[in-house]
Amino acid sequence: MTRYAARLGEPRWLRAGLILVALAFLAAFLVLPLGVVFVEALRDGWRAYLASLTDPEARSAIRLTCLTAALVVPANAVFGLAAAWAVAKFSFRGKGVLVTLIDLPLAVSPVIAGLVMVLLFGRHGWLGPWLSAHHVKIIFAVPGIVAATAFVTFPFVARELIPLMEEQGTDEEQAALSLGASGWQTFRRVTLPNVRWALLYGLILTNARAMGEFGAVSVVSGHIRGRTDTLPLHVEILYNEYQFAAAFAAASLLSLLALVTLVLKAVVERRAARSRRESGALHPLLAKEGAEGGPLAPARVAEGAGPGTPRMSTHQSRDPRSGSGPGEAAD
Amino acid sequence: MSTRLRRPGVLPGFGLTMGFTLLYLGLVVLLPLGCLAARAMALDWAGFVRTVTDPRVVASYRLTFGAALAAAGINALFGFVVAWVLVRYRFPGRAAVDALVDLPFALPTAVSGIALTALYAPNGLLGSRLAALGIKSAFSPLGVVIALTFIGLPFVVRTLQPALEELDPELEEAAASLGAGRVAVVARVLVPPLLPALLTGFSLAFARALGEYGSVIFIAGNLPMKTEITSLLIITKLEQFDYAGATALAVVMLAAALGLLVVVNGLQAWAARRYRGGGL
Amino acid sequence: MARLTRTAGLMLLVAVAGCATRTPAPAPTPAATAPAPTAPVKLLNASYDPTRELYRDVNAAFAAKWQAEHGQSVTIEQSHGGSGKQARAVIDGLEADVVTLALAYDIDAIAKQSGLIDPGWQTRLPDRSAPYTSTIVFLVRKGNPKGIHDWGDLVEDGVQVITPNPKTSGGARWNYLAAWGYALKRELGGLSKLKDPAAALAVKAAEAKAAEFLEQLYRNVPVLDSGARGSTTTFVQRGLGDVLLAWENEAYLVLREAGGDQVELVAPPTSILAEPPVAVVDRVVDQKGTRAVARAYLQFLYSPEGQKLAAKHGYRPRHPEQAAPADVARFAKLKLFSLADLGLTWAEAQERHFADGGLFDRIYQPR
Repeated sequence: MTRYAARLGEPRWLRAGLILVALAFLAAFLVLPLGVVFVEALRDGWRAYLASLTDPEARSAIRLTCLTAALVVPANAVFGLAAAWAVAKFSFRGKGVLVTLIDLPLAVSPVIAGLVMVLLFGRHGWLGPWLSAHHVKIIFAVPGIVAATAFVTFPFVARELIPLMEEQGTDEEQAALSLGASGWQTFRRVTLPNVRWALLYGLILTNARAMGEFGAVSVVSGHIRGRTDTLPLHVEILYNEYQFAAAFAAASLLSLLALVTLVLKAVVERRAARSRRESGALHPLLAKEGAEGGPLAPARVAEGAGPGTPRMSTHQSRDPRSGSGPGEAAD
Repeated sequence: MSTRLRRPGVLPGFGLTMGFTLLYLGLVVLLPLGCLAARAMALDWAGFVRTVTDPRVVASYRLTFGAALAAAGINALFGFVVAWVLVRYRFPGRAAVDALVDLPFALPTAVSGIALTALYAPNGLLGSRLAALGIKSAFSPLGVVIALTFIGLPFVVRTLQPALEELDPELEEAAASLGAGRVAVVARVLVPPLLPALLTGFSLAFARALGEYGSVIFIAGNLPMKTEITSLLIITKLEQFDYAGATALAVVMLAAALGLLVVVNGLQAWAARRYRGGGL
Repeated sequence: MARLTRTAGLMLLVAVAGCATRTPAPAPTPAATAPAPTAPVKLLNASYDPTRELYRDVNAAFAAKWQAEHGQSVTIEQSHGGSGKQARAVIDGLEADVVTLALAYDIDAIAKQSGLIDPGWQTRLPDRSAPYTSTIVFLVRKGNPKGIHDWGDLVEDGVQVITPNPKTSGGARWNYLAAWGYALKRELGGLSKLKDPAAALAVKAAEAKAAEFLEQLYRNVPVLDSGARGSTTTFVQRGLGDVLLAWENEAYLVLREAGGDQVELVAPPTSILAEPPVAVVDRVVDQKGTRAVARAYLQFLYSPEGQKLAAKHGYRPRHPEQAAPADVARFAKLKLFSLADLGLTWAEAQERHFADGGLFDRIYQPR
C-alpha cells in the first residue's frame, strides 16, 4: 500500500493536510470529550474520586451492571451461534426476512425498546395482570433491565458470525462429518475454532453495549437507589444531584471500560490476522489446499472491523466474489 | 416451514438452531414489537393521524431527520477523509487513532452526552470559543448535530475502510500512466467504486442517529418546536400518561427504521451488482 | 420436530425461571396488629427530584424512631425522578409503598389510571396531604445585573429565563402557574374577582392578557429541560440564562452547593403556594402488608422532628414553631396565592394549560 501511495499518491503537503484534518476532526469529536470526562472526574482529587466509586450506591450500580452483562452476553452469544448456524449453513425461504428482523433492534430507538417493555410487562401491559397475580416482578426490577438490554444488544453476535460463517461454507463441516465426527463434535472442533475471533469480537461489542445502555434501561428501571440503578443511570442521578465530580467519576469508569473494549478489539484483530497467517497449521486434519473458508475467515474480522460494518460485511459475503476479494488482495 | 437444504441432510442441527433462533427472536424482539404494533392497531385512525401530524411533532421530525441527515453528511465527508488517511497513509500513532474511531460505539450514550455538553456548553472548552464567534453550539440544533455526528462517525469510517483497501492500485496507476491528473484519478477512478460503501455508511449513520436518545437529551436544550427530538417526545408523552400518543410516535419511528433497513439492504444489493457487473 | 419442541419448551422454562424474581408472598401485617414484629421491613418511597436530600435525613430519622418504638428495623429505599415520570412508573408497576410527589395532579393520575390509591387520598392526612409547602423564587447572577425583582421583569427584552418544560416537570407547572397568577392579579387588581360572577368579562380579558404575558415569558426561555434539576444544572453549571425559576428549597440548595459568589436569591413580592403532597399507595401496602409502617412514615413528616427536617432542607413547614428558628427566618416574606385562589383544580389546570392543545401548546405554536 505504502509502495504505490508513495509512487502515485498525493503531494506531501496535501497528505499532511489531510492527516491534520482527520486528526483535528477526531480530536474535537473523540479525544476531547473523553478527556473532559477524566478531567472533571479528578477535579476534586484522587481521594474524592475513589470515595465516589466505593460508595455503596456506586458499588451496587457496578454490581447490577455486571450482573446484567453476565446474563445478557451469554444469552445473546448462544442465540448468535444458533442463528448463524441456521442462517449461514442452510438455505431456506424467508432468510432475508429473518436477517432483517435480527437487524431490527439496531435501528430501533432505545426509547422504543423501553416503551415496548412497559407495554408488555407493565401493570397495564399484555402480561402485567398475569405477572402481578403471580407475584412475578419484571419491570422496575432486574429482569426488566435484562430484557431491555437483551433487546438492544440482540443482533451484535449474530451479525458478526453470519457473514463469516456464510463465507466459510459447509465444506469443512462436511469433511468432518464424513470422517465420522458427530454434529456436536463438528461444531465444537471445526466451526467454533473457525469463528472464534468473530465470536469474541461480537462478545466484546455486546458487553460494551450491555454495560452502557441508557435510554431503554432508564424507562424500565424505576431508579430505585441501590437496587435498580445501573452504572449509566447512576451517572445521571449523580449529575442531577450536583455531584458532578462523582458523576464524572462513574462516567470515567464506563469510559475506561470503553477504552478496554477498544484495546481488546485491537488485540482480537491482531490475533485474527495472525491466525489467518497460521491457519494452515490450525486444523491439520482439515487443511485443504486452496481452502477458501478457513484462511479467509479471520481476515474478515480484521477488515470488517467496526460496529457499523456488520451489514456491510454481510453484503460482501453474500456475494462470494465480493467476499473473497479483500482476502486475496490482502495476501 | 419449508426447508430446502443446500446439500440435503448432510449438516445436522438445523431444527435445533432454527427453533432456538426463532424462539429467542420471538421472545426478545418480536413479542415486544408485536405488542407495540397491536397497541397501535387499537388506536383510532383519526386520533393517530392527529397525533403524528401535530405541529410540535412535525417540528420534532424535522429536527430529528434534519440533524441526522446533517450529521450523516458531515460524517460522510470527514469520515471519508479519516478512512482515507487511515488506509493510505502511515504516520505515528495511526494504530491508536484507528482503534479510537470505535469510541462512540463503546462509550455509553449518557457519558457521551454529559461529556459533549460539558465541552460545548457556553462555558465549556469549545463552546466558549464558538460562542465568541457568535455560534451557539450546545442547546441549539447544532448541539443535536454535534451529538449525532459523534454517534455516527464509526459507521462511515468502518464501512469505507474495507472498501478502500479493496481498491486495486493498478487502476490508479493505469489511469495516471494514461496521463490523468490526481484530481481526475480520485474523481473518476476512486470515488465511483467507493460510492456504494459511502452510501451504506451514510445510511447506517443516519439510521443510528434517528434513534439516538441518551447523548442528545443532555446537549439539545429540548425546546419544543426547536430542539426537541422525536424520541424525547415519546418519553414526554409517556410521562403525561399518554400511552396512545407515545405508541403512535413509536410506530412512526419504527416504520422509519424499518424503511431505512430496507434501503440499506437495497444499497448493498446494488453495490454487489455493481461489483459483479464488472464496472471496474 | 418433537425434539425441537421439547428443547424450545425447556428453554422457555429456563428463560422464565431465570428472569423472574419472585416477590415474597404477602407477609402478615406488622406493627399495628402484631405485637412484637421483628422481621425487617422495606419501604419504597417514589419521590420527585429535589427531595433527595430531605428524604435522606427523614429516612434515617424515621428508621431510628421506628426501631426504638417497635423494635423493627425498617429500610426505606428511594426512587427519584421527575414527578410525572415517577407517577407513570407507579402506574406501570413500580411497587412504591408511598409516593411523595410535586403536585396533587400526579397522585390523582395514579388514583385514576390504576386504582392503586383510593380516590379520597387527599383528605386522609392533614393540610390536603401536604406536610410541607414551598414556593417559586428567582435565582439570578451575582449582583443581579439585569435588575430582576418581580415576575414582570422576566418578559423584558434580553432577559433569558431558565425553567423546565411544564409538560414533563411538576416544578415547571408551579412556575407557570405562579406567572399566570401574577399576571391575573396584575390585570384584575386582586384574585378575589376570579370568583365573582359579575366580573366574568373582566376575568376573560385578564386571562387573555395573562396568556400574552406567558407567551412573552416563554419566548425568553432558551432551554426547556425536562426536569427541575436539569434546569438548575443548565443555569448554574452551564452558565446559561439570567434568571432561574426554582423551587425555594432548590434555590437554597444551589446557594449552598454552588456557593453564594455566583448566584443570589431574589424573592418576588408574590408567588404561588406550592403544596407537594404525599400518599400511601393502598394496593401496594395491602399486598406487601406494610400499611402501618407506611402510614407512620408519612405521619412522621408532620411530627416536630419531620417539620424540623423539612425546614432544614428549605421546605416551609406547616408548623413553623416546631422547626429551628434560624431555618424559618430565612424564608422570605412574600404573598402567596394557592391554586384554589386561582380558581383552579389540578384537573382544570391540566386540561386548560398543560394538556395537548392547552394554552402552553398554543404559546409554542409556530408563528
